Amino acid sequence: MTRLTLDRRTLLGAATAGMGLAFAGRVAAQTDASRPKLVVVIARGAMDGLSVTIPYADPDYVPLRGGLALAAPGEPNGALDIAEGFGLHPALAGLHRLHDQGQMRFAPAVALPVRIRSHFEAQDVLENGGEALRQREDGWLNRAIVAAGGARLQGLSIGAQTPLILRGDAPVSSWAPGGRVTGEDRIAALLQDLYVDDPMLGQNLARGLATEALVADGSGQTVRRNDVEALGRAVARLMTGAEGADIVAVSLDGWDTHAGQRGQLQTRLTGLDQLISGLKDGLADQWSRTVVVVATEFGRTARANGTQGTDHGTGSSLLLAGGGLKPGGLIGDWPTLADNRLFEGRDLAPTLDIRSVFKGVLRDHMGLDRAALDTRVFPDSAAEAPTLAGLV
Amino acid sequence: MAASSTDAAIALTRLGLGARPGEIARVAADPRAWALAQIRSEGAPQPAGPFADSGQRMAAFLDYQGDRGQRAGASADAEAVRTARQAARRALADDTAQAFLTRARLGATTADGFAERWALFWANALTVSAVKFDSGAFIDLYEREAVRPNVFGRFEDLVVAAEQHPAMLLYLDQARSTGPDSPAGTRRKVGLNENLAREMLELHTVGADAGYTQADVTELARALTGWSIPRPQDRQAAPGRDRARRAAQAVEPGPNGFVFRANIHEPGPRTVMGRTYAQRGAAQGEAILRDLARHPATARRLSRRIAAHFVADTPPEPLVARLEQAWRRSDGDLAQVARALVEAPETWTPQPTKIKTPYEFIVSTHRALDVPPQRIQPLRQALIEMGQPPFAAPSPEGWPDTAADWAGPDALVKRLNWARTAAETARTADIAAAARDALGDRLSERTRLAVARAESRTEALTLLLMSPEFQRR
Repeated sequence: MTRLTLDRRTLLGAATAGMGLAFAGRVAAQTDASRPKLVVVIARGAMDGLSVTIPYADPDYVPLRGGLALAAPGEPNGALDIAEGFGLHPALAGLHRLHDQGQMRFAPAVALPVRIRSHFEAQDVLENGGEALRQREDGWLNRAIVAAGGARLQGLSIGAQTPLILRGDAPVSSWAPGGRVTGEDRIAALLQDLYVDDPMLGQNLARGLATEALVADGSGQTVRRNDVEALGRAVARLMTGAEGADIVAVSLDGWDTHAGQRGQLQTRLTGLDQLISGLKDGLADQWSRTVVVVATEFGRTARANGTQGTDHGTGSSLLLAGGGLKPGGLIGDWPTLADNRLFEGRDLAPTLDIRSVFKGVLRDHMGLDRAALDTRVFPDSAAEAPTLAGLV
Repeated sequence: MAASSTDAAIALTRLGLGARPGEIARVAADPRAWALAQIRSEGAPQPAGPFADSGQRMAAFLDYQGDRGQRAGASADAEAVRTARQAARRALADDTAQAFLTRARLGATTADGFAERWALFWANALTVSAVKFDSGAFIDLYEREAVRPNVFGRFEDLVVAAEQHPAMLLYLDQARSTGPDSPAGTRRKVGLNENLAREMLELHTVGADAGYTQADVTELARALTGWSIPRPQDRQAAPGRDRARRAAQAVEPGPNGFVFRANIHEPGPRTVMGRTYAQRGAAQGEAILRDLARHPATARRLSRRIAAHFVADTPPEPLVARLEQAWRRSDGDLAQVARALVEAPETWTPQPTKIKTPYEFIVSTHRALDVPPQRIQPLRQALIEMGQPPFAAPSPEGWPDTAADWAGPDALVKRLNWARTAAETARTADIAAAARDALGDRLSERTRLAVARAESRTEALTLLLMSPEFQRR
């Protein structure tokens, strides 16, 4: 069998010319390496903010948490001290180093604009950026790409499925580790002929093959499953160079810790820390122009439940990391865990609409203007979720 | 003949798991009758055993749990305990992996593809996932014991069997949830876990927009306390020891390994969605669940989910209405709902819109090639790469069900990789005939020509498997 071998550039060119989509505009796009980079990590399943940014100085923390309470800084396996009575979970050593360099900040009590305790509905709202359920079919990160001028920014999701946050009018690609690289030969072209009346299949396959070619070009290494740090480096490779992705969405699963929370969080947070370390290493010089956002759909109950876990709650924390950040303290206020301050008597009360943080990052880091943020990216959000200043 | 030949191709792909060679011709006589004949009161066909029964599996699980509970002393025994524990874990995982292969082989060979799809739909609508090892140890039993026998019976019976199965009780953390005012709750510092109660309302019955509140979730969680599984200690209750005997006496065994533990059940009446339930014991939670199952919001929600799974990501409203009507008229008789689906005109529109899930894609390939899967490892690897690892739905919502979920850029690359490997190893001689056998009148002229003009058998078969009409159903 004859196989026609195309190099990556030819393939990308073909994809662009043939489909008018894949990496549309890349050829004309600025090749300068100064484009800002944004990575949004969604911790799915409701990350327990009280175990991530630990309010060890709050007098109600230990009584509420009981056996789930983490030790204060200085004690064995204690929290890693950060600021204003907070410590990071001991598994987050890499993020702690970033904090000490002024490259990590956090909001201790954020939430969505609606109070829901369903993972699926809350993730929909987190990703579509609306104020209520089923408001939009597309995601705010995709709308941000459109608002920034469409082809100027390349979006990429990590994982076999494109998450809602990146679905929408701007074409985006997706990539997941594993599998053998194809796309070099005529089967890709033959399939495009078969897909003329099925544009979804045609466009998505072309984009997938183009991304696969970029990875293969990077080092030829494959990423083992569960090697989160290597995943971080691979994602960084996909963000590097003139054709690299600018806006990336990554999902980390497994945060729904109803039972046996301690061990599960140790594993998940170690993975999160490794992912960010891998990104930092892989991005090298570009780390200084990068912001990573870690967000979750809601927090967990302030009290431990009966099975050494926590149930669905409201406020949680949001993390920012990256060389592009301005150093600073807490983002938003700390509501305290006092009994009369808990939301519905059970959850950490939010003090900040999570969209305010997203909008602050998009304006100061990605250069979106306030009008676009208030009307298109996060519709009708001007009053409820004003854009935060001074993050980046 | 032409019309029913098209309908036969639609029936076998949209309602079934794809056509095997010769099947379209057999079904063409009456495609609707083919599907209707599979609606049997005894439920969907069972994969061929032999399997360990639930008693044996529970015993193996309790051995594993008992080992886990042992405190590793300073002795050399610690190493032996650890080794035994790992072996027990592997054995449980192997059992479910083999059971998954057996289920895939049933899918690849059955003549009752509609019943099989209907059973898979309900297993997904009431998801249990092996993402949690403990629930994974019972997941194949869950399908065989709780789901398959009940998919053509009343929904309330299906949902009770599902919620009370050890797999579900472990998956959604119910087994140890303890009423704070129960005998055990007042002695020890243990308490409620509302995970199962919440998903029962949100995902298994009425749905999040049905108007229930956090108070309803908590009340249901209280009612469900006591729904549990056996513990290693239950077996050690020596006759001479009063406390152990009392505890053992308070355990009421139920079907499929379910037990009710009176000593962790929260006493007192409960109010859920405006109704008060004064029943005692396990009957209280069951009464609430049966009311939720018969609630109009449940009929509406699940009718839409059926239509969205079988016909279109955004289902035609008349179809949803037909299913809902059949559901409500029959008080949730799933045989009537299945019949309404088969008889609805919207089910038979020629243009396919749904993308096959990875499992459907792989099983339908095995059917088209007339070769059932032989080993679990390559099957598992392929499903992992395409985003649907065996028995491991990502959340209690189950596997996603739209084209956007399954046909993203990376997913299509992984499908192409797998299709090419499958094509390289297939021994199918006449690919053009395989295309006609698999797709019948759904085979497009464009795909037929591409297959005919391919430069090799491998290329021809890859194109067939990746063609829009094979990817969609």
